[in-house]
Formats: sequence, C-alpha cells, structure tokens
Amino acid sequence: MRRIYRRVERIAGNVIAVRASGVGYRELAEVVSARGRSLAQVIRQEGDVVSLQVFAGSRGISTEAQVRFLGHPMRTAYSGSLLGRVFTGSGEPRDGRPAIDENPTEIGGPSVNPSRRVIPRRMIRTGIPMIDVFNTLVESQKLPIFSVAGEPYNPLLARIALQAEVDVIVLGGMGLKHDDYLFFRDTLDEAGALARSILFVHTAADPVVECLMVPDISLAVAERFALDGRRVLVLLTDMTNFSDALKEVAITMEQIPSNRGYPGDLYSQLAARYEKAVDFEGAGSITILAVTTMPGDDVTHPVPDNTGYITEGQFYLRGGRIEPFGSLSRLKQLVNGETRGDHRTIMNSMIQIYASFRETQEKMAMGFRMSDWDRKLLRYGGRFESEMMGLDVNIPLEGALDRGWAILADCFEPAETGIPSRLIERFWPRGGRAGPGPAGG
Amino acid sequence: MRESVGKITGINGNMVSVGFTGPVIQNEVAYLAIGDLRLKAEVIRVRGGVADLQVFEDTTGLTVGGHVEFTGELLSAELGPGLLGQVFDGLQNPLHPLAERCGFFLRRGTYLEAVPRDRAWAFTPSIEPGRRVRAGDVIGTVPEGIFAHRIMVPFSLQGSWVVEDVAPAGEWRADHVVARLGDGSRGHEVRMIQRWPVKIPIGGYAERLRPTEPLITRMRILDTFFPVARGGTYCIPGPFGAGKTVLQQLTSRHAEVDVVIVAACGERAGEVVETLREFPHLEDPRTGRTLMERTIIICNTSSMPVAAREASVYTAVTLAEYYRQMALNVLLLADSTSRWAQALREMSGRLEEIPGEEAFPAYLESVMAAFYERGGVVRLRDGGLGSVTIGGAVSPAGGNFEEPVTQATLKVVGAFHGLSRERSNARRFPAIDPLDSWSKYPSIVGGEDLELARRILREGNDVNQMMKVVGEEGTALADFVVYLKGEYLDAVYLQQDAYDPVDGASSSERQRHVFGLIARVLRMPMGFEDKDAARRFFQELGQVTRDWNRAAMGADEFVRIEGRIGAMLAEVAEHAQDLSAG
Repeated sequence: MRRIYRRVERIAGNVIAVRASGVGYRELAEVVSARGRSLAQVIRQEGDVVSLQVFAGSRGISTEAQVRFLGHPMRTAYSGSLLGRVFTGSGEPRDGRPAIDENPTEIGGPSVNPSRRVIPRRMIRTGIPMIDVFNTLVESQKLPIFSVAGEPYNPLLARIALQAEVDVIVLGGMGLKHDDYLFFRDTLDEAGALARSILFVHTAADPVVECLMVPDISLAVAERFALDGRRVLVLLTDMTNFSDALKEVAITMEQIPSNRGYPGDLYSQLAARYEKAVDFEGAGSITILAVTTMPGDDVTHPVPDNTGYITEGQFYLRGGRIEPFGSLSRLKQLVNGETRGDHRTIMNSMIQIYASFRETQEKMAMGFRMSDWDRKLLRYGGRFESEMMGLDVNIPLEGALDRGWAILADCFEPAETGIPSRLIERFWPRGGRAGPGPAGG
Repeated sequence: MRESVGKITGINGNMVSVGFTGPVIQNEVAYLAIGDLRLKAEVIRVRGGVADLQVFEDTTGLTVGGHVEFTGELLSAELGPGLLGQVFDGLQNPLHPLAERCGFFLRRGTYLEAVPRDRAWAFTPSIEPGRRVRAGDVIGTVPEGIFAHRIMVPFSLQGSWVVEDVAPAGEWRADHVVARLGDGSRGHEVRMIQRWPVKIPIGGYAERLRPTEPLITRMRILDTFFPVARGGTYCIPGPFGAGKTVLQQLTSRHAEVDVVIVAACGERAGEVVETLREFPHLEDPRTGRTLMERTIIICNTSSMPVAAREASVYTAVTLAEYYRQMALNVLLLADSTSRWAQALREMSGRLEEIPGEEAFPAYLESVMAAFYERGGVVRLRDGGLGSVTIGGAVSPAGGNFEEPVTQATLKVVGAFHGLSRERSNARRFPAIDPLDSWSKYPSIVGGEDLELARRILREGNDVNQMMKVVGEEGTALADFVVYLKGEYLDAVYLQQDAYDPVDGASSSERQRHVFGLIARVLRMPMGFEDKDAARRFFQELGQVTRDWNRAAMGADEFVRIEGRIGAMLAEVAEHAQDLSAG
C-alpha cells in the first residue's frame, strides 16, 4: 500500500519537497490540492527530503496538499487507438474523447545498442528540389529546421509530413501558439492524414513542465510503432521552447548555468531525444524532423549550436527558402549514389557556382564593373533561385536534375563548370536543351 | 581483503551520495543495488562519512537507503588477446554479445567480459624458467589477426620476479595460467588476461622518443601541409557540419598504422555504425585482411550514460597503450573530446564545484593535457618501437575556437587542423583552413616548394580580400595571376574528392610527384593578354589537373594527362616570353 504524504516542506518554482521514504528516483506522484490534481516527478533526493517537479505548476498548491507516490516512472499508453487523437504533454486527452491506458510504456527508455543499428539506405522523397537534390532526407535521419521566428517553418514541416511516404506521423508540439496547433490539426485533417497521426500538444498557455514531457512521450509512442514494423515520422516543434523549459527548471533547482543560462547538460538532454531516431533491422523506423528557432538569427546560440552537433545535418529556412549554404543532410551520401549518375555532380557543381554568384552579387552591390564571367554568374543565379530554390517548386528528383543541366547549359561553357570531362560527355545537353539523363549521353 | 559497504543518502541525476563504513578509495568502483540489478559507479569525492559517486547508468528507480558495495578496485580495462575487431561501450562492455543477450536496446546493470573466454589461442612461449622478469616483459605470443600478440608480465607487478614455470606451446584459453612467477616469498600466476586502471598510463618501456616519422594519412592537405607524426598528437576543431567526422573516418581507413582505435565519445551513434558495418567488408590494402581486424571501436554515443562517456576516452587510450607495448603503431581517434569535457562539466556542476570559464571545471586543462600526453613513441626494452598517435576532434560551441576546450587542447598538441565553416559552405573538402592550421611535424615534401606554396596561398588570399574592396578592375594582372595560382593550388591539391576511389587516397609517392608539378606551376612566370585569358587558362588547367587526380598513378591516362599539362605549361611559358620580348 502506497503511503500518502500531507506535508509539503518547500514550494519553489514548479518544484515541491516532501519528507518521504522508500521512494524511487524519477518515480511519479499524484499531487492533490484545492486547485485540482496533477502529476509530479521525483527529480532529487537528499536524505528523506524528496523534491518533485509538479507538471501543472505549483501555483495554488497548499503546504497541506496530498502527495501520493505511484510506484512507477512516467508512462504512456500504446495502442492503435492513439491514431487520430490529440493529447497534452502528460498524456491526457485534449480532444474531449476518452483517455487511453492500454499497454503502459515507460518513456525515456534506454538507448539502442549501437551494434544493432544499420546504415540507413532509403531516401525519403519530398518533391522539394532543395531537399531531394541538394540535401536528401533519409529514413531514420534526425534533421532540424533552423529558422528565425516568423519564417514559415510550420507550413514547411506540415508539407514534408504530407508528401513523405511514412505510415505514422507523431507530432510533438512544444509551446505552440494555439493557432499553430489548429493549423497542424486542420492541415493533416484536410489531407486525410489525421487518421495516421498522433498529436501531443503543449501550447504556450500550458504549464511549462508538460513541455518537457512532449518529446519523450512522442518518441516513446513512435518507438513502439516502429518496433511493430511501422515507419514513423516524428515532428517536433519547437525544440527551442523545450530547451527554455529545461533552463527554467534547472535555474529553479539552483544548478550552475553553463552558457546563457542553459544547464551544462543541454547537449546530453537534446541528444537523448534526437538519438531515438533509428532504423530497426527487421522492423520499422523513426525519422525526426524538428524545428529549432534561432533567437536573433544566431546559429551560435546554445540551442541551435548543440542541436547542430547532434543531428544529421540541418535545413536553414531563410527568406521563405531553404538556404543552400549551411543546409546539410549528412546522410545524403548514403542514398544519392544510387539515384542517378549525375546526382552528386549536379549537387556539388550547382552549389559551387551559386557560391561564386553570391560573391559577384556582393561585388555588384558595391558598384564594381561586371566582367563577362560575372554576367554569366548573375544570369545563372537568377535562374537557380527561381527554378530550384522556391519552396513552391514541387517536382520529382529526376525532373530537378534535368532542370539543373538545362540551367547550366543555358548559362555556361562546359569547362567553366568544373565538372569532370566524362560527366560532361555523358550529361551535357546538346543544343542547350535538358538531356533525358544517362541515355542521352 | 576488505569489504566496505554503504547506504544511499542522496540522488541527484547520475550523482549519488553514499554513507559508508570501512575504508573507501578515491576513484574506486562501487555497485549500487536496485532490485536484482547492480549499477556500476565510481567514487569521485569523499567528505566526512559520505562518498559522492558518479553512476555509469540511468539512476531511475534507485532509492535512498539502497545498498552499496565498494570493490576496492579502480576503474580498470581488461587486456588480452581478442580485443581487436570488437566494439565496446565506454566501460568496455562488448556490444555485440550484449545485443545477443538483450536485443535492440541496452540494458543497465549488464556487464560482460571484454576478452573472450571461449576462444583458444595458439600460445608460443618465448622465455625459459629461471629468467628474471619485470612488469611488461614478454612471456610468449599468440597470433591475433596479423599480429603476434605479446603476453606480458602484468604491468601492475612491482619489482623483479623469477620465472618458475612456463606453459608449453599449445592452444590455451585466455584465462589459462601461462606462467608462474616467484620472488622467494610470494608467487604470481600470469594469465593471458590482465587488468589495468584506465586513468593511469601504462609504463614498462625503456624510453620515450621524439615523434619524427610521418604518419601517412593519404590526404594531401594533411601529409603535405599539416603533417602528423607517429606518436604525435593533433586536434581537429570545427563547427558542426564542417566534416570532422568524415575526416576522422577517412583517416581511420587510410592511415598507415597497425591498429586503429576509434573512440566515439558522446557523438551520434549513426557515425559509428558506418565504421561498424563497413569495416568488416573493407580490405586493408597492406595486409589483405579486413579493416575491422585491426580496429577497435569504443562507442559511448551521445544518448548513452554521461559518466561512461568520460571513462570511454580513458578505456580507449589504455587499449592503445597496451598494443603499443607490442611494438605496434596505434592511432587513437577520439570524437569528440568536447563531449568528454562536457561530461566533466556536468559532474562538476552536480558536485557544486566553483565553475571556471563557461562553467567548465578549473581542472579541465590539466586533465586534457594529461590525456594527450599519453600519446608518444616509445622504445621498448627489447629495442622495438611502438607508438600511440592521438587525434582528437573538438566541437567548439558556436564554432568559436576561443572557447576553453579548444584552447586547452591547442596548448598540448603538435598539429592543429582547424576546419572552417566558410570552406565547407563552399564545398571545399577537406574543409581544413590552410591559413589558420599548423603543424610542428615534418612534411613529406621538401621545404622550399612548400614555402612557396604557402606563400602563394597567403598572397592569393590577400589579393582576394583586396579585390573585394577595389574590384577586379582595380587589381593588377600580376596580382590577379597570384590569386588564380592560389585558387588552383586549393582546387587541385588541397581539395580532395573522398568519394573517388583514386582521388580519395593519395599515397606519399604520388603526393611528392604531383606536388612537384604543382610547384612548377606556382613558380612559373606567366603572361596573359588580360584577366579573362588568365582565368580561362586556369579554369582549363584546373579541369585537366582534376582529371589527372582521378587517374590511377602509372596508368596510361595518368601519363597522357601529365603530358597534356606539360604542353599547356610550355605554351603559356612561351607566351610569357613573347609578351616580355614584345
């Protein structure tokens, strides 16, 4: 029989402390006060003083609140009936329908044995050339979208989710504006994708501690689906809000901050979540796409910086376009060798020349005379931006590669592109028109 | 035999406070009971009757009052035949057998033996009874892959001993007693397995030498411009996405050494997986065996427990030192030392120590220095040479090299390969900055040409910077040619296509040959009508030289293209004379 404690010794921030014995680290408790019930989790023990983080916040908690320990850490339900449903960060229904408590599964479970991981080999096609051609998305990859507030990152996330071929979509919303939550729900619904989606949503108005649970609960559910052979896409938006919640709790617990107030274990905390992306040999997979907003467009801010080291690349969203510089899919080399013989060449050459175009643009802005070469670059840059970079461009990979050759042939002589001669012979369009691919050489 | 025990009095993340009775040793290993599980931990501070322990596992479910057993042994690695080809976690748990037992996920509290016990080794004794021996002396050998694995007198034995008995040649398992030693009053049984505390360097060699012999990595920018020596140390700092890990992976494949130890410390698991899955199928061109047979992977990736991350670099360097004692050249690649420093920071924060810069502990520098100092070339007592070369990746916060970990590392390494975001954005790989990086080790090419090449790079960069201000039309043709020469050197020599089978790995012989020709281009006076003509010439020359880089050395195509380059140069030289004559 679990004992009930009725004397709260300390209340500070979202953390309360009680004197109790026989309590396990990270165990869950239920706190009942005049304001209602909330879950709480053990985050520190010193002697018989147990500190608990209260999910609903400590506002309104009395020193005589009831604390009942549940004897297990945080869990989530797992069943097919989760599909099409919306929950809060602590797993309560948000859509007014009944709660689900089948197959309780611990969240934040152990990591996958690295020796059991496999090399990802399957490309995820999105129809967006800046992703498919230049930074291919790969199944089981973890990729953040770096962006400043105000960029259309949530629409981009939603569009990738709808166009990507996956079985289950798990959306983890952290600090979402209520409008954005409704946007995701409605977009998925209109495209008929809600029935294969599960939403765990913490809005900006909800208690901050629930924000901390969102990635873990989303990923724990995703993991179960993946083990059952489903290919799961997890969307997390916005991980900067998650990190800020971590910061808030760490400061409350009087931890020494390391960088701009964030706790020293920010990297490990983020990594523990992102590393859940995996391809289970003989079963399903988890692919993670996350949004990380960069305060002040500063990529050296601790959140994007630590994220960049953890994830397998990143997409920079700037001016409504995926920026080619800095954007990177680290796994693209695993799949773009088998798509088409010219994929890598187009990928590298077009970006190298685009870099020269940017330099010329700077020179032009400073009023320097343009050489013949500069004029060629300017023509190229304009076409590249409008025909390849726009987020509204929706063509399959092969079409995008053909378009790449057409733009190059339209703007340059073969030697000016730096492309190896044997590829020029094979792919360079005759008469300035796009070649049909390998057969055209 | 003492046995100290204790009870848990506090839990904060992975730090647990334990009230104890009996003696406790700093850095000794203890086990915390949780149900049937025993979690491994290390003593990191003792105050009064309370010891603070860092736990190498997730602490969920531990309770105040829980039972603790102290072992009296420092955190140690198990050394013996059969380590090569294995994949361990930071505590030297073999991950393949662990997967067989536990499935997809790691399970805390499961500790397996690192040296396989079920395999027999063909032992050949190399010592007779009656000889006097010391720690580190060779008792015999067993073949492990292509190496003769030396079975040595345990490094922990003190003083001199007499060999009383040696096992005959035969097939023995690793825990078999292969020799008995005595010193009059005591006896000691030597097995193929011994244990050594990972935080203490292995001694037992005659002397440490200066690293002078180059370690060929087959990357042109490294071997020619920023070389590494066998037994040297180097670091690769760089912002994320600049290619640290790719560089390390290429080095682990192509470096001309005997044994490679990869310590994946707090980085993505995915990075290790490539090595793990591909090395068993890749052939080492020098031995004809698979690369995996000469590789050990220590893999404590970012989502694995943080305290074990700190242990992982020490486990790795201990294994490296062990194979060095067999007169082998070992390369240790640690990716990334910043994650290890962060593990120190996390623990320091939990101990509530006074923080230094960016909250790193004040002892960060001395800890880093002590680690890199474990690299080196040594002369063994039998005259053989062995080396441990340490290459550490550094992941500076915000890509800023002024931060504490990069600075602490730069003080103690012999070469600095700084990666730049600009170069990687411009897809110039490897993205090592040729102007910022340095090396104190000797290059494989001669001094004069190298000086010239460095000067052209520097001057070319200056011209480029100037052009950004005054424009191309404000730049003299002669300066413009210097700029083009610098760009040419960068494009055809510093940059290397890792995915091309030929260009991806360039032997030292080829590097000397190619660099000779490049130096000729750089040295040559050149005359052009105008800048467009100069640019056209270098674009074409660059194209041809890149094709040359893709042709196997000695192949007809290689010879043909070299001839073509020669002709192009002769033409432009002639033109230069015409211009100066006219």
